[in-house]
Amino acid sequence: MTTISASTRDSGVVTWRNLMNVRRQPDLLLGATLQPIMFVLLFAFVFGNSIGNDPDAYREFLMGGIFAQTVAFNSAYTTIGMAADLEKGVIDRFRSLPMSRAAVLVGRTTSDLVVSALGLLVMSVCGLLVGWRIRGSVVDAVIGYAMLLLFSFAMSWIGAWIGMLSGNVQVAQSAGFIWMFPVTFISSAFVSASSMPGPLKVFAEWNPVTAVADAARELFGNERPGVLAARPESWPAQHAVLFAIVSCVAILVIFTPIAVAKYRKVASK
Amino acid sequence: MPPPASSIAVRAEALVKTFGSTRALDGVDLEIPAGTVLGLLGPNGAGKTTTVRILTTLLRPDSGRAFVAGHDVVADPDAVRRSIGLSGQYAAVDEHLTGYENLYMVGRLYGKNRTDAAARARELLARFRLQDSADRPAKTYSGGMRRRLDLAGALVAEPAVVVLDEPTTGLDPRGRLDTWEVIGELVADGATVLLTTQYLEEADQLADKIFVIDHGKVIADGTADQLKAQVGGERLEIVVGEPGELAAVAQVLSEVGSDEPVTEDHQRRVHVKVDTGPKALVEALRRLDQQSVTVLDVALHRPTLDDVFLSLTGHSAEDEPTAEPEGKSKGRKAKSR
Repeated sequence: MTTISASTRDSGVVTWRNLMNVRRQPDLLLGATLQPIMFVLLFAFVFGNSIGNDPDAYREFLMGGIFAQTVAFNSAYTTIGMAADLEKGVIDRFRSLPMSRAAVLVGRTTSDLVVSALGLLVMSVCGLLVGWRIRGSVVDAVIGYAMLLLFSFAMSWIGAWIGMLSGNVQVAQSAGFIWMFPVTFISSAFVSASSMPGPLKVFAEWNPVTAVADAARELFGNERPGVLAARPESWPAQHAVLFAIVSCVAILVIFTPIAVAKYRKVASK
Repeated sequence: MPPPASSIAVRAEALVKTFGSTRALDGVDLEIPAGTVLGLLGPNGAGKTTTVRILTTLLRPDSGRAFVAGHDVVADPDAVRRSIGLSGQYAAVDEHLTGYENLYMVGRLYGKNRTDAAARARELLARFRLQDSADRPAKTYSGGMRRRLDLAGALVAEPAVVVLDEPTTGLDPRGRLDTWEVIGELVADGATVLLTTQYLEEADQLADKIFVIDHGKVIADGTADQLKAQVGGERLEIVVGEPGELAAVAQVLSEVGSDEPVTEDHQRRVHVKVDTGPKALVEALRRLDQQSVTVLDVALHRPTLDDVFLSLTGHSAEDEPTAEPEGKSKGRKAKSR
């Protein structure tokens, strides 16, 4: 058997194992499904009425942001999953087997991608209930979902790296989430980046979360309400879809080797 | 140097590993002939687990070489991994998978196809008396059942060398006996086994040859009997009712013993090494009877591996490495770690 097909098989086995874990502990899905629902409802009904004067338009705007935020949070589940496997000695057992080195990481990020897809589905239904609609073409919508999943997968590799840095589940539970808050809130996920003060505005403009949120709005054909219509003149803001995809690829190019190198290191400690 | 002959399943030469300023391994040599069980015995922190991790390719040595089934652990780790089965100190069973799924997964990761992996999993579950619990998640298993499942996982690929790192640490006595039985069967099947343990009777019971390791060095090796012989013969122990009689007992024991007797006033006990075993015991009792000394208790002890450890290292196997021995504790507790 060639190396590539052996790696694919091993990654598939690890993915299966991770998904069986999710199936046996459905409460693991609470974070991935209930949390986005909570965010949709909170933002739609708490902020919706105070941002601008058209709550319906805000909800339409909001969904792209919640999509981006939710798939970004996928990385935290990868962080916790990696830390748990390390702590429980599962990684040691894998390491003592004649299997592909990358399979544990690929399997983890792939199974988290499946969970993330489920979260997107739940969220889309929830969005439809509060008035959000896909108003663009089917092709654009498919590209939109594909881009969100690509972003989820890319963030998952950062999460895997952080999980190995944290080493145990308790640290991972805070380390996995803490950086998500600035990254997802200093963006145009919930408000317009152009209203932020100086440095925050620059950060938000170049933040991949902004690009993914704006790209999702574009691809799903969601209008921006009047008060939030202003978009920065910067290049990423003008080319959201392209910048979102480039960001995802850049994250993967940077973090895949870092995570693999870290895996080799922690696993041989 | 050429790889070891095929009759040697595992060979380590001058393994050194340091963690920061701690020299975890300070030149460990060992050799396991194929089809035998080697017990690596030592207290916590002696270097047992570090040795195992190097031999199973989980860790690279700073210097020294090791071969498993003829493969160099550093140069050809994949070949080593194909030749070994590891059962860890903390059972690496996935508790949310069923027993069957755990073994199936391991089989697939050894490169077996679906049919073979499934067949092997069922076969091992039956052999390890887990078939009735095969389709329940492993988290419903008792500690002993989990260890059996973990052991079964190490055997999925019928490896040339099975490595058992503290297979009974943390188990209750029943779980330990259960695990010993399974290891005993393994051995009967002719597997080459490297077993680490901090329980002396475990090494005594299961291993063909014992390597005693302390502070990263092998300080003695041999069969259990050879190690016991190093400590000398048996020990005759006599307890009397009156402290005033201790002197007479000491006098008699110095005549029948092979060494100076030791008197423990507080316990009103005198003991001495003897070479002639029961003969010395009968002789001592006869003389004490002539002197009308009331003997409350008498015992003839074969040296235990505990005694061996104490005489080799100056500390008991279960004390902290630097702690002073406090007599020889017999009733050892199963430590939950």
